Amino acid sequence: MKKHGRGGRFAVIAVPYAWLLVFFLLPFLVVAKISVSEMETTTIKDIIVWKDGALAITARIGNYLLLAQDDLYLRTYASSLGYAAVTTVLCLAIGYPFAYFMARARRSLQPALLMLVMLPFWTSFLLRVYAWKALLTEHGLVADAIERIGLDRWLAAVHLIPDPGQLMNTRFSLILGMTYTYLPFMILPLYSNLAKMDLRLLEAAADLGANAWTAFWRITVPLSRPGIVAGAMLVFIPCVGEYVIPELLGGPQTQMIGRTLWDEFFSNNDWPMACAVAVTMVLLVIVPLAIFSRNQAEATRQAA
Amino acid sequence: MTTMRSGLANRTFARAWLALGYAFLYVPIVALVVYSFNDSPVPNVWRGFTLRWYAALPDDRELIAGLALSLKVAVATACASVVLGTLAAFALVRYRRFFGSTLFSGMVAAPLVMPEVIIGLSLLLMLVSLQRMTEAAFGVGIPERGMLTIWFGHLLLGMAYATVVVRARLQTLNPQLEEAALDLGARPWQVFWLVTLPMIGQALLSAFLLTFTLSLDDVVLSAFLSGPGATTMPLVIFSRARLGLNPSVNAVATIIITFVAIGVVVASYLLARNERRRILDAAVAERPAG
Amino acid sequence: MADDAFLRISNLVKEFDGHRAVNDVSVDIAKGEVFALLGSSGCGKTTLLRMLAGFETPTSGTITLDSQNLADLPPYVRPMNMMFQSYALFPHLTVFDNIAFGLRREGLPAGEIASRVEAMLKLVQLVPYAKRKPHQLSGGQQQRVALARSLAKKPQLLLLDEPLGALDRKLREETQIELAGIIHDVGVTCVLVTHDQEEAMTMASRIAVMSEGRFLQVGPPAEIYETPASRFVADFIGNVNLMDGSLVVDEADHVVVDCGDVQHRIGHGITGTRGMPVTVALRPEKIRIRRDALTSTATPDSGVNRAHGKIKEVAYFGSFTVYHLQMASGRVLKISQSNAERQQGGQLTWGDSAWATWTDLSPVVLTQ
Repeated sequence: MKKHGRGGRFAVIAVPYAWLLVFFLLPFLVVAKISVSEMETTTIKDIIVWKDGALAITARIGNYLLLAQDDLYLRTYASSLGYAAVTTVLCLAIGYPFAYFMARARRSLQPALLMLVMLPFWTSFLLRVYAWKALLTEHGLVADAIERIGLDRWLAAVHLIPDPGQLMNTRFSLILGMTYTYLPFMILPLYSNLAKMDLRLLEAAADLGANAWTAFWRITVPLSRPGIVAGAMLVFIPCVGEYVIPELLGGPQTQMIGRTLWDEFFSNNDWPMACAVAVTMVLLVIVPLAIFSRNQAEATRQAA
Repeated sequence: MTTMRSGLANRTFARAWLALGYAFLYVPIVALVVYSFNDSPVPNVWRGFTLRWYAALPDDRELIAGLALSLKVAVATACASVVLGTLAAFALVRYRRFFGSTLFSGMVAAPLVMPEVIIGLSLLLMLVSLQRMTEAAFGVGIPERGMLTIWFGHLLLGMAYATVVVRARLQTLNPQLEEAALDLGARPWQVFWLVTLPMIGQALLSAFLLTFTLSLDDVVLSAFLSGPGATTMPLVIFSRARLGLNPSVNAVATIIITFVAIGVVVASYLLARNERRRILDAAVAERPAG
Repeated sequence: MADDAFLRISNLVKEFDGHRAVNDVSVDIAKGEVFALLGSSGCGKTTLLRMLAGFETPTSGTITLDSQNLADLPPYVRPMNMMFQSYALFPHLTVFDNIAFGLRREGLPAGEIASRVEAMLKLVQLVPYAKRKPHQLSGGQQQRVALARSLAKKPQLLLLDEPLGALDRKLREETQIELAGIIHDVGVTCVLVTHDQEEAMTMASRIAVMSEGRFLQVGPPAEIYETPASRFVADFIGNVNLMDGSLVVDEADHVVVDCGDVQHRIGHGITGTRGMPVTVALRPEKIRIRRDALTSTATPDSGVNRAHGKIKEVAYFGSFTVYHLQMASGRVLKISQSNAERQQGGQLTWGDSAWATWTDLSPVVLTQ
């Protein structure tokens, strides 16, 4: 395009690039390496060693074998994916109509509506999760309300809580907490997409004989697909590795891989194991990551 | 537009859904605030109005120290994130194709969605390896785990968000504006300073505020990357929250919420006031249709 | 190729990913000329302009301005200024500051800058708008600010990218004349890029018709219009009737082309050989049309420079009328007749038999 001068252009690209290579990519390589290393108390032994004039590579894949075979780890991975999926679906179910109604509200009202969604988004998520802890513990406001309408018996029946009356540290509290925390992440990209939608397309559809429902399913929803994908990925991927919410709101019933990683590192001090868990987690999310990346690239191309 | 609204967005249904949604979003926040005035060590059961939790805050050494550290890290993170994010946004928007640009854009976007435990763990281990190496080579291990390392972690996340914000603004900017400046005799750095910067100023401010908040609120990265004596406020709150319900947390929460609320309202008002002018400016500055 | 050419473009080539946007272009432009690059989108005219401005680097070839080679000179050093299609006015600066922008970069004293900007504002008649911001101006006013800004530095070469493209029709006509006037008064050498033939023909002293990165024909507007060099150019500019045929008579002072149903006699010699396939281009306004008063069914003899047929379409444009005359062979001739007298337009109508005639200086023989 235009010449910023060779030096200037190089610097603009090189600085962030170098930063990312050193602080983002390199750590991953380090993690991968440690995951196949032996650990002695606090030192990691080198995998490539010069011994007797020959290069010896010792790579322990034991951790990965354990991950692949141990039932506990497999179940944890599966449940993490499961909880993330459930949260994503719930966020979509609540968030899509929400964003839709926001986008269709009176023009003058929309900035205020947006601001009201932004406020929780900007408020510390840690505090909001803690708030649910208070609400769901015994005698908490929401806990009382649920017990009063008898919802807790239904929740126990579908195994979302172990016993009626115990709403904290359950599957229910975890899903509730995650849905609550990540709801704005679903609403905002959806709203952004729906608000920009050309309403004349709907008018054209009506002109051609489509009723409101048909127009919605055949035009609005497909057009909002980039927003749906963006929102879904912004919820699903971080949820898989979520740590704080399971720690504060989850319990023995809920095993999530984020906590496993944390425990391996901080409690067991087993760094290679923690790394193996991390590598596997990355592999797990690589497919959704690719979807997200491609969605963003397409959105950028469409905007250009 | 009126015809479409009456179609699916059935007024009552829409309003009910929005009302319930907002209630869902705000009940915990309101509860936090209300119970911070609760005269009871157990924040759950209401026993009476009091301000004693607020009074106790200034003496809460741990919390104050954590707040001080968090603010310092947050300011540093915000500044550096905006700089790095702007550079990355320029690289991606203006110099669209360069060697390894796909990898670059992937790396820039990944921290947005990558679970923080992975980012925290990997960054920590790399820094530890670095520390071991420098210790072996120079006798002193750098970097020490503490504020600096926390800053690195937050910066990684912050840069990703800053890039998104600045990039979005850059993409709507008419490149002919910068070309016109060049044509009229401005050197490239003058073009940036005199033309580009004023136009993306608002985006830079948004990026600053966003990354500031992110850093202030972060738990996982801080946990992995902190060192002795470097405990951020969220970590203090987190450890207290893990142990159980604690009214001091409610008090801190209310203060934070108040600040955030004021900030968001003021920002929204200013934004709305500038929005009209910006739309007019944008109409002049937007790319031509053909 | 004069040696005192002010702007010399030699064998300029620009390649993008193996595709040549500008394919070996050469031309000399004299000082004070208004030179138009005319072509449809994608023909390479904008790329050529951007190479002049310095926003694109040529793949090969040279650009010389006043004997100074411009290669490797960044745009902020070149002694030329550009008026952009989108005007590219700085939205955060006032009109005054927009115009003063380039002058400030030169480091001129404030007093001189002020007087220069005043002079520019007077030139484009926007003196009372100096303190306004671009979004407070109309499209036409913004264009004038853009022009003032590009002339403020007294550039040696002015580049115009579709200057009238963003204006609506009425405004365009008025602005065209005004713009041409200002450029003429200032006396600056101009290269302008446009896809609008009218714009090119009214404003330029010479036009280069471009297609696929090449110059197809370069010359004054009248030359391009009246003596196009190829089918493409003849078809691109204005309306034309194109008839394929072969050269049957080739004399020094006249030629005859047989197009099957029409014979053309052209009153000058051309370079060619008998039997050569050629195309005849005949402009609609050069054809006279008369109602056929005869009602006999006898086949009318064609003869040269005449055609007989039935009127198939009539389009009334107010100041002139366009007729489509369908001949017995099926060929349709486009004929344009100015309505020199009132009610003249209504004399011929659908289905009428009519004769079309033209002189032997009207058609043009094309060999490409």
